[in-house]
Amino acid sequence: MEIPYTISTRPDTGLWNAKIGIWLFLASEVMLFGGLFSAYVFLRLDAQPGEWPHGLLNVPVGTMNTAILIMSSVTVVLAWAALKMRRYRAYWWYMLATIVCGIIFLFVKLYYEWPQKFEHYGLFIKSSALEKYEQYLGNNRRTEKGMEPRIEISGHLHNPEALKDPNIKEYEIGLDPVFVDPNNPANDRPHFLYVPPTDQIAKIEKEDVERIDSFGPWHSAYFASYFTITGLHGAHVLAGVLVFIYMWLPVSKKLYQRNPEHLANRVEVSGLFWHFVDLVWIFVFPLFYLL
Amino acid sequence: MNNPPDISQDPAEHEEYAHNVQKHVRGYLMVGALLLAFTAITVALSYVDFGALISSIFHVSVSPGQGAKTNIGVAMLVAMFKAGCVAAIFMHLAAEKRLIYRVLIFTGFFVFALFWLTFLAWYNPITR
Repeated sequence: MEIPYTISTRPDTGLWNAKIGIWLFLASEVMLFGGLFSAYVFLRLDAQPGEWPHGLLNVPVGTMNTAILIMSSVTVVLAWAALKMRRYRAYWWYMLATIVCGIIFLFVKLYYEWPQKFEHYGLFIKSSALEKYEQYLGNNRRTEKGMEPRIEISGHLHNPEALKDPNIKEYEIGLDPVFVDPNNPANDRPHFLYVPPTDQIAKIEKEDVERIDSFGPWHSAYFASYFTITGLHGAHVLAGVLVFIYMWLPVSKKLYQRNPEHLANRVEVSGLFWHFVDLVWIFVFPLFYLL
Repeated sequence: MNNPPDISQDPAEHEEYAHNVQKHVRGYLMVGALLLAFTAITVALSYVDFGALISSIFHVSVSPGQGAKTNIGVAMLVAMFKAGCVAAIFMHLAAEKRLIYRVLIFTGFFVFALFWLTFLAWYNPITR
């Protein structure tokens, strides 16, 4: 039995069925991401002074990924327009471009951005010991200026064995640039370009450290929401890429030859999903990378 | 921008139809360029210290916290404009059937309710 209203519109709704289906699905997606974004707002509003980090993500890489996702949104709508104009060859190329953009986005996230975080450590200093590390934190000046205090020293951990060995009494950490020159006003706001940890090593006594964590989801509410939202978003990108690959394979040409409008409608529906994924990223990017 | 109309089965009308879709293609490219430009603007604006800017223009005292909130507000305004462009042009919501608008109105209502509940939970007068 043939599925009804895949091409022609239903008289009562004025729409073909898949279009209503995708919009109902997107409505549920709005609620899913809405829940996560409201959790983000809740956690951020309730964060204690100094607990919501800034400038820990690589802004140029995030900007590049945003641009890639926007370009893929353009290419998918061009693929759909090409089908509407019955230009299969152009459709094929635009769809390939969309798939490549999606794969680059995922590759950057999974093989560059995320792994970098797991190798970076933050040491939360006990409030009683903050004064002892003033040379790295610069809190006296920050308090004068009415700014939030720094309660964490971060960088590259040079002696990871200290994490497990109780006989090692201090952590040796290659400082992030901000902790080398904490009173420099240029370090009050995040830098655009990523600057790796310096060679200057600070020795932090274990008894002064409340906790030490890599920049994984366990580090803070910020990274927990970052990994949850970007992880779920990445899963959506992956799903979109898989659907596009299916519609790019020769099987799509058979459908095109049989009924080009049917393929155009399929591309429109999956394109709507892809635009939604792009739309979510438009909010993720400033909330996590810039603010 | 309206959606391209459904394609005609009549080959004679097809050329005119293709020309019509081609006009929409130009629009899609322009919106894509606009979104890229506004991405750059979002990044640039995030490095502007709006607290210090307001303070110097209006000669009022603005705390770093208030300045940061202004930055968040500006970034969200730009993000909403970009999201509006994607929804209206790429997702064709500028000219869509009434049923889809109805679905989205319901969605908007429930999302608003969700954020309202979040606000209530945060602004809990019992624990605060």
